[in-house]
Amino acid sequence: MSATTASQGTGPSFSGVKGHGAATINAARLAISNLDFFYGDHRALKSINLDLPERQVTGMIGPSGCGKSTLLRVLNRMYDLYPGQRATGQVMMDGSNIIDAKVDVNSLRARIGMVFQKPTPFPMTVSENIAFGVKLHEKLSKSAMEERIEWSLTRAALWGEVKDRLHTSAMGLSGGQQQRLCIARTIAVRPEVILLDEPTSALDPISTLKIEELIDELKHDFTIAIVTHNMQQAARCADQVAFFYLGEMVECAPAVQIFTAPKQKRTQEYVTGRFG
Amino acid sequence: MSDSTEHLVKSFDADLKRLRDMLTEMGGIVESQVALASEAIMNRDSNAATRAVEEDPKVDLLEREVEQFVIRMLALRQPMAGDLRRIVAALKITGDLERIGDYAANVAKRSIVLGQYTLPYSLTGLAHMGQMVQEQLKTIIDAIGTSDTEKAIEVWRSDRVVDDIYNALFRELITYMMEDPRNITPCTHLLFIAKNLERIGDHTTNIAETIYYAVEGEVLPDTRPKGDSSAYAVIRVKE
Repeated sequence: MSATTASQGTGPSFSGVKGHGAATINAARLAISNLDFFYGDHRALKSINLDLPERQVTGMIGPSGCGKSTLLRVLNRMYDLYPGQRATGQVMMDGSNIIDAKVDVNSLRARIGMVFQKPTPFPMTVSENIAFGVKLHEKLSKSAMEERIEWSLTRAALWGEVKDRLHTSAMGLSGGQQQRLCIARTIAVRPEVILLDEPTSALDPISTLKIEELIDELKHDFTIAIVTHNMQQAARCADQVAFFYLGEMVECAPAVQIFTAPKQKRTQEYVTGRFG
Repeated sequence: MSDSTEHLVKSFDADLKRLRDMLTEMGGIVESQVALASEAIMNRDSNAATRAVEEDPKVDLLEREVEQFVIRMLALRQPMAGDLRRIVAALKITGDLERIGDYAANVAKRSIVLGQYTLPYSLTGLAHMGQMVQEQLKTIIDAIGTSDTEKAIEVWRSDRVVDDIYNALFRELITYMMEDPRNITPCTHLLFIAKNLERIGDHTTNIAETIYYAVEGEVLPDTRPKGDSSAYAVIRVKE
């Protein structure tokens, strides 16, 4: 479980009060233990222990440079692309350690998808954007593919807006639409886990809320991890929140606890805006 | 506390509705407490009294739940404007409702004590006061559920009448006490009961002011019709 030194807090008990943000945290879909990460000689992540609970949203917050994005990129082996970057420890999913060299990275990335801060539509039509990833992993008939495209765009709350322009360029969509397209593209390959790296930092407040509503719905089917420098977003979206500082995970707890009665002093200082 | 358009995040609206429902549930219990307490006095019904008192822990529990829920919403939703006013209003209203429940339970307890005395005078004034307070309470609890500022203003204004009845009762009871020392004990109980009812009326007025601010974003004017002048009343026996 988490590496926090849990102090004997006597805060209010929220277990009886159900509402937004989970009262109970589910079993782990992904279990990170003793994870270290190195950029060359620099140890950027230190002995991270964190469970990503099944079909819930884990928010990762912390000041710049704390390692939260680094951690996210370990989970789908993005660091493989860069020499000099390496991870040690375990990230267990379905009984195997995904950072083990023997694990096939391509099929891993179909099971664990990622959406980035800047929307990254391919310079193709809307349909082709969705179909692209699916074709890499599955052989679908034309009608099955069309169904998959419609399904993905519907689940990403974009279908209504693009159904009459599926064969026009995706580059013509607005920022918020492009980001939802990226989410549609990610879920089209039916992953189990979705990683979101500051997904709405580049978007206006209304687009941001639409995507947060989308995340609320997607979590019924997918396990989600979201890195955000906006802790209000973590408060709105996450069931469980992990606070990182200088490469360490300081505290991980249900969102309501982190934002009303955190156990660690440093967490309290961060969420109340008393240190940068 | 509802808005005409829906929030972009559905679970936010669900939370606001849940908050509203908790308050109306609390209001319902408190209403029945006041009704039972009135019955207990008028009909010397100790069963009604017991039931009124037994409801009180439920009310206390709901108050704590509402408080926790409000804190949760403030932390996790960062509500603004109308949403913020409504959520803070819920916190205040739950406090007022809890006090009303307490006063009703106190009235019920006193009615049991009162039952030991035969009263040679009629309790019509008290009955009337109880009736009015119950109507005020019912109206304001409806207003909580529907964010009805007209009902809130109606209740806000009507408290004047309750205060007037209280003042009359005050004088009446003191008169009885002066006439015959054996009346002092039961009349003192009656005085407390009347005062508790008057306080219930005051709390419904507080709720009315809170609802008004939550919906309109402006406070009702300072000059609320206040009528309880008993603090300044002096009755002298003519020498």
